[in-house]
Amino acid sequence: MDTLALSRLQFAVTAIFHFFFVPLTLGLSLMVAWMETRYLRTGEEVYLGMTKFWGKLFLINFALGVVTGITMEFQFGMNWAQYSKYVGDIFGAPLAIEATVAFFLESTFIGVWVFGWDKVSPGVHALSIWLVAIATNLSALWILLANGWMQHPVGYVIRHGRAEMSSFPAVLTNKTGWLEFLHTVLSGYVIAAFFVMSVSAWHLLKKQKTDFFRRSFRAAATFGLIASLLVVFAGDLSASGVARTQPSKFAAIEAHWQTESHCAYNLICYPDVKGQRNIIEALKIPGFLSYLAFGNTGAKITGLRDIPEDLRPPVLGAFLSFRVMVGLGFLFIILSIVAFIRSRGAGLESRRALLRVMLYALPLPYIAAQLGWIVTEVGRQPWIVYGVLKTSDAVTKTIGPVQVWTSLAGFTFLYGALAVTDAYLLAKTARKGPEAAPAGASENPWAGQEA
Amino acid sequence: MLFQVIWFVLWGVLWAVYFMLDGFDLGAGMLYPFVAGSEAEKGAVLDSIGPVWGGNEVWLITAGGATFAAFPTTYALMFSYLYTALLLLLFSLILRGVAIEFRGKAEGAGWRKGWGLMLWLGSFLPALLFGVAFGNIFMGLPMDAQGYHGGFMSLLNPYGLLTGVLFVMLFLVHGSLWIALKTGGRTEGRARRAANGLWYALLAAAVAFLASTVFATKLYVNYLKAPALLVLPAAAVLALLAIKFFAVKGRNLQAFFASCAAIVMVAFTGVAGLFPNLIPSSIDPASSLTLFNSSSSPYTLKIMTAVAAVFVPIVILYQIWTYRVFRHKAVDAAGGKGTY
Ligand code: HDD
Ligand code: HEM
Ligand code: HEM
Repeated sequence: MDTLALSRLQFAVTAIFHFFFVPLTLGLSLMVAWMETRYLRTGEEVYLGMTKFWGKLFLINFALGVVTGITMEFQFGMNWAQYSKYVGDIFGAPLAIEATVAFFLESTFIGVWVFGWDKVSPGVHALSIWLVAIATNLSALWILLANGWMQHPVGYVIRHGRAEMSSFPAVLTNKTGWLEFLHTVLSGYVIAAFFVMSVSAWHLLKKQKTDFFRRSFRAAATFGLIASLLVVFAGDLSASGVARTQPSKFAAIEAHWQTESHCAYNLICYPDVKGQRNIIEALKIPGFLSYLAFGNTGAKITGLRDIPEDLRPPVLGAFLSFRVMVGLGFLFIILSIVAFIRSRGAGLESRRALLRVMLYALPLPYIAAQLGWIVTEVGRQPWIVYGVLKTSDAVTKTIGPVQVWTSLAGFTFLYGALAVTDAYLLAKTARKGPEAAPAGASENPWAGQEA
Repeated sequence: MLFQVIWFVLWGVLWAVYFMLDGFDLGAGMLYPFVAGSEAEKGAVLDSIGPVWGGNEVWLITAGGATFAAFPTTYALMFSYLYTALLLLLFSLILRGVAIEFRGKAEGAGWRKGWGLMLWLGSFLPALLFGVAFGNIFMGLPMDAQGYHGGFMSLLNPYGLLTGVLFVMLFLVHGSLWIALKTGGRTEGRARRAANGLWYALLAAAVAFLASTVFATKLYVNYLKAPALLVLPAAAVLALLAIKFFAVKGRNLQAFFASCAAIVMVAFTGVAGLFPNLIPSSIDPASSLTLFNSSSSPYTLKIMTAVAAVFVPIVILYQIWTYRVFRHKAVDAAGGKGTY
């Protein structure tokens, strides 16, 4: 493999790994903040216990999110030097702003939250976790405005041999970035909800700490229902955004070959990339694809055959990733509805089938979110900045395959080891369950364990 | 021009603040096996950096982000030319972060030992590598229009290594003063003795560094042109002496502040000598990366200046607030709790 292929692989490995922790952080921070607020409002010990137990899991996950993020911040310069030079005038700004307005807030107040149980008032303590939650979501906004600019560049001129910013407001209000933000944070909420339901289901199946986990499950089911409805809604908005801004991606994810109007949607479909057509098309809904893309059953949609072959993304990968993500999206709605209804009434512990399904459903939302990134990033190829810069022109020229092989091997090994350790710690902590008698609010639950 | 200079100064300030803050975390990470005996004492040392190391590290991320936003060409070339060194740095920082967070999260002596070792490595390597990297930047990198003509091994030249040693010593003294400030009992005593002893090594490294800087780099040219700048190295030397002055008397807080000042002044001394270069070329002055030829457009710099002017003061305020919240000594089984 050459430097380009290796650098792409390395970026994919490190980004996927980073995004393995990110979404849970986005959602679980909010849920923990909610739990602590409930405790302050009601004074019920069980909410304090929930704050501490889920907070501990949150922290284990958070730590790896932070350390893997540092890699991302420096990789643009290391492996994508041509890219950084060419678009740094625009792309660097949201990254720097993200650090200044979000990372400082989040990293500073997580310290206050973990170590401040007996040092700040309960109100300030709860405020700290809210600030963490807000900051992580804010960081998602800035990084996705940066990514949104790569998907749909706006507010720039080509000058002095590079892209220079001509309008900061245009970069800030880039609809593509905001849609990505909406869809991505909601996917994080789905993941957090399924995470809490899955761990709770494990304990409920064992009939231990039932009150604690019934309440946790119920809160997560509500959160999950709202989030899974909204994530599909936001995904639909994203899809029509893609139709407008990235016709080649849209054609690829829908396996749409022929430019035409009144396009039908095939519920069942499979593309034959070589033959430039679909070998399976069944259960047609007339006009529905046009409707999904442009809100009008008669709209015309560009087909892949009218896009030069070297400007098409890898069709099969984009198509399959998209289909599976969408399918999972609808599955999550169904699961959340059932979980929501069943968790209202009494006797959740005896709904063993549901609990077992929710226990094993945990990987699914993670898979959906990773597939979403594959849709977004692979679907954008061969462009790194859509219509402006090709990925092949973006890679660093002064590094060779040996260096990237080394770093890729290093990352794979290190991240692999961290993943195993993290899974071990999470599983151990999750299984152990909450402390028997929740410690009082004045006691640091992590005291004596330094962090 | 004005904004380019502003960002050059800010670039220097971000690195200086990062070294000042994370410097004591790195120092404490290198020292804790030696100044803390029992598990409880180790816990107290780690508790002293626990609440703040994350917020300190973000100064590094911001320095990186600011380099990207304000000097994209420098960001691209610096990070790709120093690929292997940066990779090692990333791995070390990852290990350090995970070690701090995970070490106490499971039982077992093996678990603690393993993460303790990672913490030590993840603290020592960054200190050394930052020094090596900046030493080489002070000297200039072998780069011209064709690209970079060095490699990882060429960074390990005597001056680079000397700067690495200087950074390690600075952070060791800084870290031991922090531990002295933040713990009690036997740990505090050992840390103070460590600071007093290590100070001589620091002094030796600093003298060697200042002397060889005159020969190995062109930093002195700026000082000859504008002798007023000499207040920076002078302040560095004064601060260095002040560390000892206070440490001998056991005035932990003052000694710690003196070492903050020493680190900042050493960084400023280097950056002021670099001006207007961010990274000089050692083989072709025309290929040096300067604040003129590697910066963002005036428009971007203006936006970024506005953002920094609003948010950096807010960040500083709440970080100072957290240092106040955690101003008490970390609980130490042997020494008990105290306040300075
Ligand atoms: C949708 C959300 C999202 C996406 C797409 C990314 N990140 Fe991220 N990142 C987060 C959401 C996030 C977060 C949730 O805010 C994290 C995870 C855990 C944490 O502490 O913050 C985080 C942490 C994190 C950190 C550590 C912050 C700290 O020390 O506190 C850095 C430097 C980055 N990220 C940088 C990046 C870069 C350069 C990315 C793009 C290539 C990226 N992230 C993609
Ligand atoms: C703002 C955030 C992000 C930016 C700026 C970004 C940018 C990039 C860049 C520069 C590349 C390398 C060039 C390429 O091969 O396309 C890439 C590839 C890739 N990224 Fe992202 N990315 C971001 C977030 C993510 C996240 C969070 C994921 C999560 C899984 C992800 C998944 C991928 C994948 C799978 C590839 C490989 C695509 C391919 O090689 O075909 N990206 N992205
Ligand atoms: C019917 C349901 C869904 C639809 C129609 C949909 C649609 C889309 C589209 C069109 C994109 C690409 C956006 C772009 O390239 O800019 C995308 C990306 C993504 N999807 Fe989905 N999605 C759905 C469900 C889900 C679910 C259930 C999850 C996770 C739980 C998820 C997570 C993601 C993520 C993380 C991305 C990448 C970030 C982004 O570009 O927004 N999606 N989705």
